[in-house]
Amino acid sequence: MPQVTLTVNGKTSTVEVEGRTLLVELLREKLRLTGTHVGCDTSQCGACVVHVDGDSVKSCTMLALQADGATVTTIEGLAKPDGTLHPMQEAFREYHALQCGFCTPGMVMSAIDLVQKHPQGLSEKEIREGLEGNLCRCTGYHNIVKAIAAAQDVMHGRRSELQPAAE
Amino acid sequence: MYDFAYHKPTSVADAVKILSADPDARPISGGQTLLPALKHRLNKPTAVVDLSGIAELKGVKRQGDKLVIGALTKHMDVANSPEVQAAIPALAQLASGIGDIQVRNRGTIGGSVANNDPAADYPAAVLALDATVVTDKRRIAADDFFQGMFTTALEPGELLIAVEFPIPEKAGYAKMRNPASRYVMAGAFVAKTKSGIRVVINGAGPGVFRQADMEKALTANWSADSVGAVKQSADGLNGDIHGSAEYRAHLVTVMAKRAVTAAG
Amino acid sequence: MNAVTPFEGIGASVKRKEDLRFLSGRGQYTDDINRPGQAYAYILRSPHAHARIVVLDTAAAAAMPGVVAIYTGADTAALGSIPCGWQIHNKDGSPMAEPRHPMLAEGKVRHVGDQVAVVIAESRGQAKDAAEAIQVEYEVLPAAATMAAAQAPGAAAIHDGVAGNLCYDWHIGDKAVNDAAFAAAAKVVEFETTNNRLIANAMEPRAAIGEFDSTSGDYTLYTTSQNPHVIRLLMGAFVLQIPESKLRVVAPDVGGGFGSKIYHYAEEAIVTWAAGKLGRPVKWTCERTESFMSDAHGRDHVTKCALALDANGKFLGLRVHTEANMGAYLSTFAPCVPTYLYATLLAGVYTTPTIYCEVKAVFTNTVPVDAYRGAGRPEATYLLERLVDIAAAETGIDRVEIRRRNFIPTDAFPYQTPVALQYDSGDYTATLDAALAASDWAGFEARRQAAAAKGKLRGIGCSTYLEACGIAPSAVVGSLGARAGLYEVGTIRVHPTGSVTVLTGAHSHGQGHETTFAQLVADRLGVPVAQVDVVHGDTAKVPFGMGTYGSRSLAVGGSAMVKAMDKIIAKGKKIAAHLMEASVEDIEFDRGTFRVAGTDRTKALAEISLAAYVPHNYPIEEIEPGLEETAFYDPKNFTYPGGCHIAEVEIDPDTGHVTVMKFTAVDDVGRVINPMIVEGQVQGGVAQGIGQALLEAAVYDSDGQLLSGSMMDYCLPRAEDLPPVGVATHTTLCTHNPLGVKGCGEVGAIGSPPAVMNAVVDALKGYGVRHVEMPATPQKIWGIIHAGQRLAAE
Repeated sequence: MPQVTLTVNGKTSTVEVEGRTLLVELLREKLRLTGTHVGCDTSQCGACVVHVDGDSVKSCTMLALQADGATVTTIEGLAKPDGTLHPMQEAFREYHALQCGFCTPGMVMSAIDLVQKHPQGLSEKEIREGLEGNLCRCTGYHNIVKAIAAAQDVMHGRRSELQPAAE
Repeated sequence: MYDFAYHKPTSVADAVKILSADPDARPISGGQTLLPALKHRLNKPTAVVDLSGIAELKGVKRQGDKLVIGALTKHMDVANSPEVQAAIPALAQLASGIGDIQVRNRGTIGGSVANNDPAADYPAAVLALDATVVTDKRRIAADDFFQGMFTTALEPGELLIAVEFPIPEKAGYAKMRNPASRYVMAGAFVAKTKSGIRVVINGAGPGVFRQADMEKALTANWSADSVGAVKQSADGLNGDIHGSAEYRAHLVTVMAKRAVTAAG
Repeated sequence: MNAVTPFEGIGASVKRKEDLRFLSGRGQYTDDINRPGQAYAYILRSPHAHARIVVLDTAAAAAMPGVVAIYTGADTAALGSIPCGWQIHNKDGSPMAEPRHPMLAEGKVRHVGDQVAVVIAESRGQAKDAAEAIQVEYEVLPAAATMAAAQAPGAAAIHDGVAGNLCYDWHIGDKAVNDAAFAAAAKVVEFETTNNRLIANAMEPRAAIGEFDSTSGDYTLYTTSQNPHVIRLLMGAFVLQIPESKLRVVAPDVGGGFGSKIYHYAEEAIVTWAAGKLGRPVKWTCERTESFMSDAHGRDHVTKCALALDANGKFLGLRVHTEANMGAYLSTFAPCVPTYLYATLLAGVYTTPTIYCEVKAVFTNTVPVDAYRGAGRPEATYLLERLVDIAAAETGIDRVEIRRRNFIPTDAFPYQTPVALQYDSGDYTATLDAALAASDWAGFEARRQAAAAKGKLRGIGCSTYLEACGIAPSAVVGSLGARAGLYEVGTIRVHPTGSVTVLTGAHSHGQGHETTFAQLVADRLGVPVAQVDVVHGDTAKVPFGMGTYGSRSLAVGGSAMVKAMDKIIAKGKKIAAHLMEASVEDIEFDRGTFRVAGTDRTKALAEISLAAYVPHNYPIEEIEPGLEETAFYDPKNFTYPGGCHIAEVEIDPDTGHVTVMKFTAVDDVGRVINPMIVEGQVQGGVAQGIGQALLEAAVYDSDGQLLSGSMMDYCLPRAEDLPPVGVATHTTLCTHNPLGVKGCGEVGAIGSPPAVMNAVVDALKGYGVRHVEMPATPQKIWGIIHAGQRLAAE
């Protein structure tokens, strides 16, 4: 069986896979990182989004072998070792941007990539357009959009702390 | 997915060797089209040949009055390329609207052009800009390259290396997406090129096609109103639950108008 | 124990306790669970809508690598039928047709996706590979994809013995009185409409793991369910004949349900039964494309209705004839959705004195239908609110004014409708006025003109809706055909040092129960939210429960907790009286503190609980040690949330694309425990309502093939398809439950579709449009505009 070596959340692993093994299967089934979810089989829902070498990708639409040598970050790898949440995670909690939580890992990973690639800042419309690869069935996106708007200010250093959600 | 062997050659020659030796091997670049098809077991390749290790296939270069885009250049890199944005802004805009961000982070121009999905974006630009498709064996004019739904002039084992886009005087692209799949339901790429005015329709028909009446109208009078007066026949167009042939035919004119407006 | 900050009790937007694990990837959904030695199941499904299985040969497949077992209907024929939870009776009093629903097809398949065989193998891939090697020969039968086809003369029988493919023919109301009202009417407005079939598409696909312990004979099922105790009851008692004591059902974190995870699905029984046969865990995970053809669908009504009015626009009577698609088999709740969750809602917020509704439920060769967010109430609200708008247009009365003229006034409560329900409270004028103000209804004409100047068609529409939640009481629903009670169970366990565990029979799959329920405890017992843990979803931990659907968790489940807390307080008072040497009658309790009335002598709850568990100084003759109480709460009535939704849309006439520019919801959901969560629930419901109105439709072709069978074809709302959703609440209290709460989970999906469609029709009023069917897709709107333009040109 072929082998793939990759670094996931800072830890390098070498894993035996089949040719057909998807990156998401490697993460969930071989590395037991079950925070990355599978919500569809047509590459549309985005529940499986992770970062590969700094870019958000759908881990259900990438072979595990294509990730050989790559650096992968999953939802489990976002918080600091002391448990401090990434500003995007914190913003999702503050703005009630999740309900059932299933789309959340992919949504957060997509949102971080979106914000990182737009240091000039994103408008509400741009955030909505930027989420085109992620489906959420619970929230109506309203609070997700607000959370991302708030998180970008912290991620870009425009605010030192998250703007609290209005009561 | 059926299982398959996986190869990752580092040169075009090695890739071609593997693909030529095994007619059931399939090249993969970004995999954004191939992998969903494989997941649904629509395809049973014996081997998948990953081209991503071939450095020479990546990147955008300006060569005189043309842009050369390597087959493995990702949509996101085309969208963000200062060279593309300066020379053919409509192409950068097209690339920035393919699929979603994650698709653009993986999908490549070579994969899109070689696949020739009638609902894909790139083939419209390639044909409208009178581009040349460069393979490991030859150079193919866009007019000869696209041969209908999922069919191109590529021969088995022939590898797409790059696409050369002559820089047009102006160009514009507009599309209406299928609301569910987000693929193109009807789109129009218009360009004023050295070889004349070209109008290419994607999404609406079984493959990309040049709209001769619109080209004529725009040649006579480059304006949105001029192209807006041209009706597209619904004959032979695609129809599905989201868009009948008649609706697509209507959209073709609307998108052509918008593309002209976008081109300026 | 610290005093509780006031911010954690009722009315505080406490941040959710469950979020930390979901945001860190530490949620545990069913597919995240792996049991030692598990095998993987793959279900071979029918590619045909209706066919006889002539040959089913598994021999070659059984020899494939990794195959553990293959089972077909022949193996499970002796087991029970997948049961239906509600029996409706026909007009003549006879029971509905209730054909057998086998776990695996028994000689015949009845919809695309019907289970033909299950392959169990060492890996998912091997199971799927082997399934392809199963040889099935079908004799394809004529399929009825629509209710019209199923009822056509000579239509093929989907089930033996079910004449005309008719499940039931039911009615409610007094037809003679109704006919008289129509005969006396100044104006009758008639209307026909289809309520589009939807697919819930909870983001988490269904999954199930069966497990069997041969030493104890215990079965465990992990499943993506909204109601694990109900699954235990239905599967254990009716399908597999496993006593409750030997069957544990766990519904861990569940990634959305919206009704589609109420149903006891065949796959749950298959993996549980197979685990027993094989002596090893069996795991099944649905693929999304598979879920399109196997998850229960929702809605799918065809209705003809008429409204009788007097000369002043006062409603005199409503007449409704509905055909409701059941799909190929009866799911758990399907028969009650178009009857007691639909026809009983037809009064809406209006004083219509007579309503007559008849409903025919029809079997077709399509996926079974069950509850989907709102279940019956969106269908009723949609037809009523569209009908009112049409009536306004055809009488020339302003559409807001005609509503006001017919509202049930605030002094009329309790209000008995002509269709069985008795509303306890509401203020429909208040929610309407608040929504009109928040949406700047008055300023709309200027916005219409501004849009017109840009070549866009702008429209505005409202719906003033009502719904019924927390379906109850048990005795009543039992008399109407429910095969279960509809109470809820709550246990409050005060631990020795004063922290609290709540066990609830309600189930959270996104609703934030772990937070809202903790707030109830914080509010009543004064225990900080951080020290309250909520346990749900496990029949081995929670005494009993009916689960979460119909916006019942707080109204019914929360009320059970309140009852249990009241028992805790009563017992605590006895302990406190003993410790402080006072009379029980003199002990007061307020947020964590027991006090001898009129004195400064107090005991904190934690002191009382410690005394209860370490009963050295304790009234042991009088009461037992420990501080844990369970209550079953059976509501006296439904609750009746209501409100007003206003949508403003803009249409691009060139493409037909409809954009919702603004959405305003003002809802009366009763007392609000956590405003943040309530807003989120409404926003999510509105998103699904806008989805129904503009984007979503399950479409079958005439052969019963599902054309919208994947996310490539079935359009789910994305972020850019939706507007910001403004939510406000206006509270009137529910009068019959201890919290005064009504329910907020479904209001969004109920109120919004007619608001959006009324706005779409308003935008198109220049084209002579009376009605537009959902979903208002670009293609459909373009067709209307195009036809209108052609008409104008002729």
